[in-house]
Amino acid sequence: MAKRLGKQTIVFEKDVALLNSACCVGKDEGNGPLAKTFDKVFYDEYIGQKTYEAAESVLQKEAIGEVLKKENLTPNDIDIAIMGDLLDQSIASTFAIKDFSIPHFSVFSACSASALGLGIGAVLVENGAVNLAICVASSHFCTAERQFRFPLNYGSKRTPNSQRTVTGAGAFLLSSQKNAPKIRAVTFGKVKDYDITDANNMGAAMAPAAADVIKAFLQDSGKKPDEYDLILTGDLGVIGSKLVIKLLQKEGIDISNRHDDCGLMIFDLEDEKSAAGGSGCGCSASVFAGHIMRKLKSGEIKKMLFCATGALLSPTSQNQGLSIPSIAHLLEIEGVKND
Amino acid sequence: MTNKEYARLVEKTNKKSNVLKDCVLAFLVGGLICVLGQALNDGYKMCIDNELSAKTLASITLIAISILLTGLNIYPKIAKFAGAGTLVPITGFANACAAPAIEFKPEGYVLGIGANIFKISGPVIVYGLFSGFVYGILFYIMNLL
Repeated sequence: MAKRLGKQTIVFEKDVALLNSACCVGKDEGNGPLAKTFDKVFYDEYIGQKTYEAAESVLQKEAIGEVLKKENLTPNDIDIAIMGDLLDQSIASTFAIKDFSIPHFSVFSACSASALGLGIGAVLVENGAVNLAICVASSHFCTAERQFRFPLNYGSKRTPNSQRTVTGAGAFLLSSQKNAPKIRAVTFGKVKDYDITDANNMGAAMAPAAADVIKAFLQDSGKKPDEYDLILTGDLGVIGSKLVIKLLQKEGIDISNRHDDCGLMIFDLEDEKSAAGGSGCGCSASVFAGHIMRKLKSGEIKKMLFCATGALLSPTSQNQGLSIPSIAHLLEIEGVKND
Repeated sequence: MTNKEYARLVEKTNKKSNVLKDCVLAFLVGGLICVLGQALNDGYKMCIDNELSAKTLASITLIAISILLTGLNIYPKIAKFAGAGTLVPITGFANACAAPAIEFKPEGYVLGIGANIFKISGPVIVYGLFSGFVYGILFYIMNLL
């Protein structure tokens, strides 16, 4: 059974397997450095739909369809679908799942929805409450721009610290299988707020939450950063990645030589369009479901920490001049052993 | 770490905008738009013998070009390059009305386009009118003295 360790961490005694995963992305991601790791790339930002919101739902549907196909499963085999996106009332998720007839709930934790969904799913699978869970997270550049910033055709210049929302969705199957990467522990993070108000610098807003949850996990578990091949954050981007390393250094924890960030990996950072890197639920979900899952399955990554980060702002809180509270959730993951 | 200490750390880590380059580009592109406006104005004046109508026609032409380029998704690309250079002239205002009109069309003509078309330019109109009102009163009082 799941066991509480220290103040925040839950460790799993039984196997919780990341059975398989799939990811679908948009054009810019499909032309980026990780191009070969995605299952499907859609070059039309509407994906044949009338609205961007409907397009985001298609990204999720396609990711679900792909991962089910890989394991020869039907929606009937799935006990629960835990999904997350950035839109008001999670409409991308609800409109995506409504035709599948799978029991469902949505989670909101901004861009950290991928790790939150997987964390909750892992707890459910480990204690036998469900046999097969599917966890999905998505974001779409155009829906996020519409909700949080300016209309797409409005002519404005991005600041150099702003991040670009990833168009993408990742879907993961969780079960109690043996021969697959395993989730060993989960640490649900605390909301951190260092009074950053600039919505064009979300990396800076989120870095303290990531640093806090990484520190909490290491304290709770008594483990050291050098036990891991990779400490992967969700979407801190250029600025946030530098900050999380500095923040942890001040706490005497050095992750500099094993840290990477999904937001740094998904786009070509030389391109001015990608600014300070990728962001959004779809950023960590599609990078993890594609690139990272391959390395976990092949055993190239033996042990890693996956820490997805989320900026919990809303257009209302922004207009009211409030700061950006942030959160991060962490998973300890083990790759497939080849011996 | 206190909020202030963190703010200092963020400030040190942040990338800075290249202000000089941004200003030069804004000056050049904004200036070019103004040159185009002047050329249109002079051209219209040659065709019709009415200065006021020529000025109005020049503005209308610039607005029409801006809206067309917004619809073709070319205007935001120029704006990414030019920054304030495309924002300040009348073309920026036209873009600020056309962009939400296109964006909110799926939400209907009333609650979509109607309610959102002035989403960005609305504050400019409100405070433009308000400052006109204040200036009018001041002008009236000064004339009385």
